[in-house]
Amino acid sequence: MSFSLELEKPSVIMRKLLASTHKELLLLTRDLGGLAVLFLMPLALVIVITLIQDGTFKTIKQHKIPILVVDGDGEEVSQSILETLKESDMFALSLKSSEAEAEALVQNGTYPLAIIIPENLTKDLNSKVNENVAGILAKFGLGEDIPYSEKTNRTVKEVRLYFDPATQFSFRNSIKSGIGQMVAKIETQSIYTAFQEEVSDNPTEKIFDTEPFIDFKEIIPSSGKSATLPNSTQHNIPAWTLFAIFFIILPLSINMVKEKNQGTFIRLRTNPVSYTTVLGGKTVVFLAVALVQFALMLLIGMYLFPLLGLPQLDVSGRLPLLFVVAFFAGLAAVGLGLLLGTVAKSQEQSAPFGATFVVILAAIGGVWVPVFAMPRFMQALSNLSPMNWGLNAFYDVFLRNVGFLEIVPEIGLLSAFFIATALMAKVYYERKNAV
Amino acid sequence: MIQINNLSKKYKGSDFYSVRDLSLNISEGEIFGLLGPNGAGKTTLISMLCALLKPSSGDFEIDGLNYSENENALKQRIGTVPQEYALYPSLTAYENLMYFGSMYGLPQKALKKNIQEHLDHLGLADFAGKKVKTFSGGMKRRVNLIAGILHGPKVLFLDEPTVGVDVQSRNAILAHLKQLNQDGTTIIYTSHHLNEAEAFCTRVAIIDHGRIVCQGIPKELIAQEKNALNLEDVFLSRTGKALRDYA
Repeated sequence: MSFSLELEKPSVIMRKLLASTHKELLLLTRDLGGLAVLFLMPLALVIVITLIQDGTFKTIKQHKIPILVVDGDGEEVSQSILETLKESDMFALSLKSSEAEAEALVQNGTYPLAIIIPENLTKDLNSKVNENVAGILAKFGLGEDIPYSEKTNRTVKEVRLYFDPATQFSFRNSIKSGIGQMVAKIETQSIYTAFQEEVSDNPTEKIFDTEPFIDFKEIIPSSGKSATLPNSTQHNIPAWTLFAIFFIILPLSINMVKEKNQGTFIRLRTNPVSYTTVLGGKTVVFLAVALVQFALMLLIGMYLFPLLGLPQLDVSGRLPLLFVVAFFAGLAAVGLGLLLGTVAKSQEQSAPFGATFVVILAAIGGVWVPVFAMPRFMQALSNLSPMNWGLNAFYDVFLRNVGFLEIVPEIGLLSAFFIATALMAKVYYERKNAV
Repeated sequence: MIQINNLSKKYKGSDFYSVRDLSLNISEGEIFGLLGPNGAGKTTLISMLCALLKPSSGDFEIDGLNYSENENALKQRIGTVPQEYALYPSLTAYENLMYFGSMYGLPQKALKKNIQEHLDHLGLADFAGKKVKTFSGGMKRRVNLIAGILHGPKVLFLDEPTVGVDVQSRNAILAHLKQLNQDGTTIIYTSHHLNEAEAFCTRVAIIDHGRIVCQGIPKELIAQEKNALNLEDVFLSRTGKALRDYA
């Protein structure tokens, strides 16, 4: 049973690395439940999130938001408000006669919003506009101004909005903004009408063009290349795929902690094998897992999403670059997992920390809230999140249609992150286990 | 083969030394038993010799090498059989052995041949393809042993290699170790089975409170000790009958 031992040649190191990789692969495939969770949960995540986000707009269009209206005015202006609300196709209106009743229904969450139109809104608005118009025309010698003493002393009319306390800030803001625009438009229309009545005897004669002169148009910059119209799929697949890729730090760190607990790590420490080789085997396998995860995500986006009524993922001409980004994002995630697995002493340490840390990285990386919408300090912090680098690279490829050179900065950062975390793991291990 | 000079180990936060100023020489070809009550320092001593723990002070050499200068070369020369079953439960015995054997850089062909021979000798050939988690304690101990000797080490450290196994497995393990010793492997082992140590070891050292309280050939130690009929009598006489509980 004797044989000569070889020196540590590259071929021997490679043999050890291959053996480590094979062992990791066996361990992974022997845990079929774990493997299923590893691949299916990220898919479930991206499907659910995309369905929810894509459905938000459809829900508004198809199901409409139920709102209450208390029409204290009952005349022209309130009719105009009600017409505009109906035309927006976003709301299902229910009329109530009492403000207190409407307030109670909003307070208990039955309705998200109640709009209270004040009494005499039409009368007072017309009166105010007429006085102002008469005053202006008098300045041009076209009539008599109403003496100041005869002008009505009016208080500002309030259209009151009751919001369910549970509604989100962004919803409240967009409703307030919409109502504000609507009221401004009605006021402007009233002014035009008052002028029309004063300067023309024929009420059907059209003196003013009351249609808006300034409009806006949304254009996707394309830099001369074919433009990609962003949709929920193009946004969600990169963001949530990255999230799923980084979640690999959990099974990886648990795998390493398990080795410590079951004694195999003790044996490895007595073997003539470097920690780099041990980590190398894990890196190869878990990076492969990340890439398979990514491929599955793409397949889901391309073939399953259309069947679910979601926009199809468009990867045409971008596939190689997408895999380049996924490769480096996977490396960064694996590096983090290696560091966590090296430092953690128990699964109770590694699992909650890993899960929470990934969520934090995702949050500051802009997976949930765009970076530009964050406070200045968080924007600066987001530059340190590898998920931010990965997300930018994915958006560059998916939505900005860039080439390889444009993503070099991001993939460079992801590579540096892998090298830094893997080095930290090695240094920590060697300091901890120096003999 | 092994020269230990004034070796000490004090764990962080501990008030006492687990191993204190211990010196010992073990010659090539010996089967040397480290005996002692719980907490005496046996496992700590073996852990330092196997590169698992850093000594607080003192030094040692194995086959003329030390870890600070020749870590990999020294690790190639030693084999370790830890007290725990240091095996992957979801891998088969063969897969475990292939992996740990590969970590010594052994060529595949030689490794496969070696695994087969050891499995045959220890009665595990028919179970090579079974997952370790389905094995009995005795079978796991035998696979654990093979994983430490696949590369033909010059020095083999065993930390209680027969604990918790039936008589048959113990006999198989000890017979295999004897054979290895006859083939030239120096063996250092710890055990609480004093009868086993008496029959198996060429020399023993009884350790207590981190120090060697006596060492020598088992028969000579028994003869030197007043009213001692066996090694257990020597052990109790030297270490006392007080319970050794540690927390």
